[in-house]
Amino acid sequence: MRLAWLLPAAAVLFAAGVASASAATVTVTIDKLVFSPAEITVKAGDTVEWVNKDPFAHTATVKVGWEVMIPPKKTASRVMTAKDTVDYFCRFHPNMKGRITVAP
Amino acid sequence: MFIRPFAALAMLGVLAAPTFADAADKPTDPQIAHIAYTAGVIDIEAAKLAVSKSKTKAVVDFAKDMLRDHEAVNKQALDLVKKLKVTPEDNATSKALTKAATAERAKLKKLKGAAFDKAYITNEVAYHKQVDSALETLLIPSAQNAELKSLLETGLKIFQGHEMHAEHVAAELK
Repeated sequence: MRLAWLLPAAAVLFAAGVASASAATVTVTIDKLVFSPAEITVKAGDTVEWVNKDPFAHTATVKVGWEVMIPPKKTASRVMTAKDTVDYFCRFHPNMKGRITVAP
Repeated sequence: MFIRPFAALAMLGVLAAPTFADAADKPTDPQIAHIAYTAGVIDIEAAKLAVSKSKTKAVVDFAKDMLRDHEAVNKQALDLVKKLKVTPEDNATSKALTKAATAERAKLKKLKGAAFDKAYITNEVAYHKQVDSALETLLIPSAQNAELKSLLETGLKIFQGHEMHAEHVAAELK
């Protein structure tokens, strides 16, 4: 079986804390200037994608950190690392707030 | 025409009294649509002036954000009134807003450099606060049509966001 020899490798990766064997994509929808869900929990290596339903440009900005530009009616994403337990906001509309927790 | 030429509005504005009508004097949906659109146009005009006059990146970037957002909101507003077959109606509040904005722009036009930046951003904070309060206390509660109310609620979040953004830029300028 192909899976049989893959399993130990995945286990080693997981134990080393590099990434979970199955990286997931977690979606945050932006509608009428609200990040939804506002709080998400992911694992290192997972992708967070922001789906912008508004006709306005938004950002997911971490103070003194990274920034993802999310154009109107577009989707943008970022792969999260173990260090990405962060509060973020939209630089254009700082009343829009979200939080990402990276679970160990 | 949905919105009359700015100059005509400004002339009419000379007769107008307080900026926002009394809460007791509830505006109708066609009037609310006109007020909301006018509030957007005013910020667009101020932003255009800032883009042409300011040499400070943070100020120019902010002004471009205002242009982009308010043009997008006003496009939504136009689409909505078209769909609802509502003809926006000019009114004392729109006129007073335009009158005040025309005076502010005339003041800004005379300023240069850091003085212009500071005056523009200070006015942006004050203007957005004023519109937030009008949306919250008068326009949203008075709106009858659910779609118009929803658009105004989105508009309120946009204006509140811009107010915070303007405050951040103001802090950077100091």
